[in-house]
Amino acid sequence: MLSVLKVIVVTVILLTAVAYTVLLERKVVGRIQNRWGPSRVGPFGLLQPLVDGIKLFLKEDLMPSGVYKPLYVLAPIIALSCALMSISMVPFGENIHYKGVDLFQISDINIGLLVVLGISSIGVYGIALSGWSSNNKYSLLGALRASAQIVSYELALGLSVIGVVLRSQSFRLRDIVDVQAKHGLLSWNVFGGFQLVAFFIYLMAAFAETNRTPFDLPEAESELTAGYHTEYSSMKFAMFFMAEYGNMITVGCVATLLFLGGWTSPFGNFFPAIGGPVVQALLPVFWFVIKVFFFLFLYIWVRGTLPRFRYDQLMGFGWKFLMPLAIANIIATSLWLAFRAA
Amino acid sequence: MHLVLFFIFGGLCVAGALNLLFQRHPINSALSLIVVMSSLAVLYLLLGAEFLAAAQVIVYSGAIMVLFTFVIMLLNAGREERTHGSKAAYAIGIPGAAALFAALTYIFLSNGTHLSSASLGEYLVTTDALSRVLFRDLLLPFEVTSVLILVAVLGAVALARKEN
Repeated sequence: MLSVLKVIVVTVILLTAVAYTVLLERKVVGRIQNRWGPSRVGPFGLLQPLVDGIKLFLKEDLMPSGVYKPLYVLAPIIALSCALMSISMVPFGENIHYKGVDLFQISDINIGLLVVLGISSIGVYGIALSGWSSNNKYSLLGALRASAQIVSYELALGLSVIGVVLRSQSFRLRDIVDVQAKHGLLSWNVFGGFQLVAFFIYLMAAFAETNRTPFDLPEAESELTAGYHTEYSSMKFAMFFMAEYGNMITVGCVATLLFLGGWTSPFGNFFPAIGGPVVQALLPVFWFVIKVFFFLFLYIWVRGTLPRFRYDQLMGFGWKFLMPLAIANIIATSLWLAFRAA
Repeated sequence: MHLVLFFIFGGLCVAGALNLLFQRHPINSALSLIVVMSSLAVLYLLLGAEFLAAAQVIVYSGAIMVLFTFVIMLLNAGREERTHGSKAAYAIGIPGAAALFAALTYIFLSNGTHLSSASLGEYLVTTDALSRVLFRDLLLPFEVTSVLILVAVLGAVALARKEN
């Protein structure tokens, strides 16, 4: 029973985080563009996500006449469920059991990293089918761009994490973090593991995978109105929106686990352990949340700063630059590991 | 548990394959093929081949089938065959999916002290063991196969290139 409760709690926290990431984005982009962003509803606009949610719930759910109905309804469900599913692999804190239930992770499986990659590769169907079933040229073009982009960048994404896997010799996310735990900041994969290049590739590919600026060609509003979700309204539109932000959070979590040492403190064991067992259990979660927040902020910062790529530039960047670089990184990492082991 | 899961996903696999043949619209057939591929991944998992299962989902369901749907969408094949779904699918579909979900939840909850500890196969082929076989014992066949695939890719490029 406790494990079912855990799933519910994690899902609720994730959905709340999604809602407040939207608010954070509106606030930060607002400040970047020298305006306030939402500031009327509640103190500092903090109740804005709630009001947005109510608005989207109460809007009329339009069903355009030309759509292919089964897939039109199914597409946002696929997108959102794939975005919410991969959080179940993410460990938030140390391996602490209470009454036989792992407190900070929903399911700890040997191939956790591969499962996250697999779920994100299924998620593209939500976008592809929505564009096709909408019976709209803008939607179709957006969906075609999205499928091509995601399939291309998945390759670079998958290859970039191999360096990390080589170092930890495991696909289990807890093992990957444990390798980086020893000396704090210095043993994180991005510094001590010499995976800075892989981190760069992962970050670029992750931006493309989540359809965020500068790679948001599938929903480029100046050319495609809203891309694949042009025909969607009300909660169906909200589901796509939630899927996008849910994916951002998952990608941030995975990047934290793979490159920034997960829940480990940046200071290692430099400071003496303070507080009781509860503080010691919650402190790693605090570090984890800080690191994920850094990624979310980076996403928003990049959105406020960079212009959009052109489509041929996007494809060329993925295939001709990121992929060879990722392969070079794998070769360099394996040579280094073999040299060190010898 | 093992046997029940095998029957559920084996059945799903066969049903998906049959649906693939019976559907008139190519996109529905492509989606059925995705169901087949994903159920196969679960069957691999039941055999203890975890890496193979993940690769099946990532490569087949996630990449190759995306290209299939991509081509179907691009050509917009079979527009005139557009149907609005069968009545049987509407009647059975949602209760069937709910029943399946309930059965799976019951199996997983009753078979482990908590969700994450339910183990699937009786034995496990780790990624480590798999790669040892692939890159040490069967290195030559593996390399020859990869060369073969490379030749096929180059052949496709050569065939598709415009002659000027």
